[in-house]
Amino acid sequence: MTAQPAIAVENVGYRASDRVILSGVSFNVARGEVFSLMGQSGSGKTTLLKCLGGLIRPTGGSIRIDGHDIAAMGEADLNRVRLRIGFVFQYAALFDSMTVFDNVAFGLVQHRRAKGSQLRTIVRERLADVHLEGAEGLYPAELSGGMQKRVGLARALAIDPAVLLYDEPTSGLDPVTGRAIDDLIVETRDRLGVTSVVVSHDIPTVLRISDRAAMISEGMLVALDTPEGLRDSDEPLVREFVHSADSGG
Amino acid sequence: MATEGAAVRRNGRQSNALYDTLIFVGDSWGIALQAIGCILRGKVRLRETVRQMAAIGVDSLPIVVATAVSTGAVLAFYMSGVLVQFGADAFTGGTIALTFLLELGPLLAGVMVAARSGAAIAAEIGTMVVTEQVDALRSMAVSPIAYLVAPRLAACVAMMPLCGFVSDVAGIGGSIVMASLHGVPVEAFLDSMRLMADETDLAKGLIKTLWFGLTIVAVACRQGLRAKRGAAGVGRATTSSVVLCVVLIFVSDFFLAQLLTGASVATQ
Repeated sequence: MTAQPAIAVENVGYRASDRVILSGVSFNVARGEVFSLMGQSGSGKTTLLKCLGGLIRPTGGSIRIDGHDIAAMGEADLNRVRLRIGFVFQYAALFDSMTVFDNVAFGLVQHRRAKGSQLRTIVRERLADVHLEGAEGLYPAELSGGMQKRVGLARALAIDPAVLLYDEPTSGLDPVTGRAIDDLIVETRDRLGVTSVVVSHDIPTVLRISDRAAMISEGMLVALDTPEGLRDSDEPLVREFVHSADSGG
Repeated sequence: MATEGAAVRRNGRQSNALYDTLIFVGDSWGIALQAIGCILRGKVRLRETVRQMAAIGVDSLPIVVATAVSTGAVLAFYMSGVLVQFGADAFTGGTIALTFLLELGPLLAGVMVAARSGAAIAAEIGTMVVTEQVDALRSMAVSPIAYLVAPRLAACVAMMPLCGFVSDVAGIGGSIVMASLHGVPVEAFLDSMRLMADETDLAKGLIKTLWFGLTIVAVACRQGLRAKRGAAGVGRATTSSVVLCVVLIFVSDFFLAQLLTGASVATQ
């Protein structure tokens, strides 16, 4: 008997107006795995990630998080599942009128999971997890891009998720900061055992951090393999995409 | 063939406009009803509601006073001249007071709050949408309707009668000053006002402001929540919010006037 996957995506499709964004996408993500979705801009990978996070509903197929089909459930049930999913947005999506402390504490305060000294302790711990001790009083506008992404990760971690979804975690960052974020993703998985799905078109990031990765092209899954398998793939689309990084493209 | 093509395109445009209008009405009502549901279930943040009451209501009062005083003074300037000329100056106070209590006071308050606070609501929520802050709320199982719309709706509906009342007082005050400068004694103005207008007229006007408050927040939040494509999208959402709010305030004012005063006029 095989263990139930943390995420099971089956034949997922998404149409917006008359445009097909995703078509027949299927894959499983095992517990504690770092799974990457790569592909060119506009290939549908962010749409797929938002479907996994319950932010948009697929127009076909099923998405099971811990066995619960989030594509078919009502908003109240979906909210219960969302609390097991942390979402790290491409541009961090921090609440710009709140301090770093209030951003990280937000989910806990809204769902009355902690208050007072317990809340302060959790926020400090989550900020320490992302190496941002002492940043509690700053506002998002006072942070660099890399710091904002780390606060976004701390906010996602605060609600103690089983699954973490990262949308382009290294885009817009310099290589050194990007590498620090890569390390943080792996470190977070190793320490907390969370299942991670990373959307990226940054090939070095995908190859460095992933246990397995899938390539999406024009809304369809065209390859799924380990980083080594993708590097050695004979599939022309995959070869072109993966080796474009080697040639600096 | 060319005429047929033009007719098809025209029909297409008309059906698109009708479809868009139905979507807009359904969306706005849906948002308003969900927010009312949150308020009735006590799922509204009290501190944020009080903050919004200050932002939407109290902070709007200076521009409401400024526009109402000016409008009242201009109205008195024209009316007192004509009424004094025909020896009907005894009606000046009552006519102006009725005009303000039933119509201009609530309308000016509605338009000013729509222009100031409605625009601010649409811009703030629109910016949150395009920067994915609203998605971040949803990802943490927080309803944007409960978190963003409900406090603003409760605050606006609660503060609009105050804005309407202040508009009435400021408008009538401005008209008293101007009328006295044109030969209508203050005492005569007030006597006429007491004779022709009463608390029922004040109440009818203030009831209108409740509807205007609901309309402003429903439309502004709807436009903000549907904003897309960056700063330009937020700009479009803000502009369309103000235009739609003002148009809807004027159109609904016509029907509210019929509903609230039409019956009493017909029986007189």
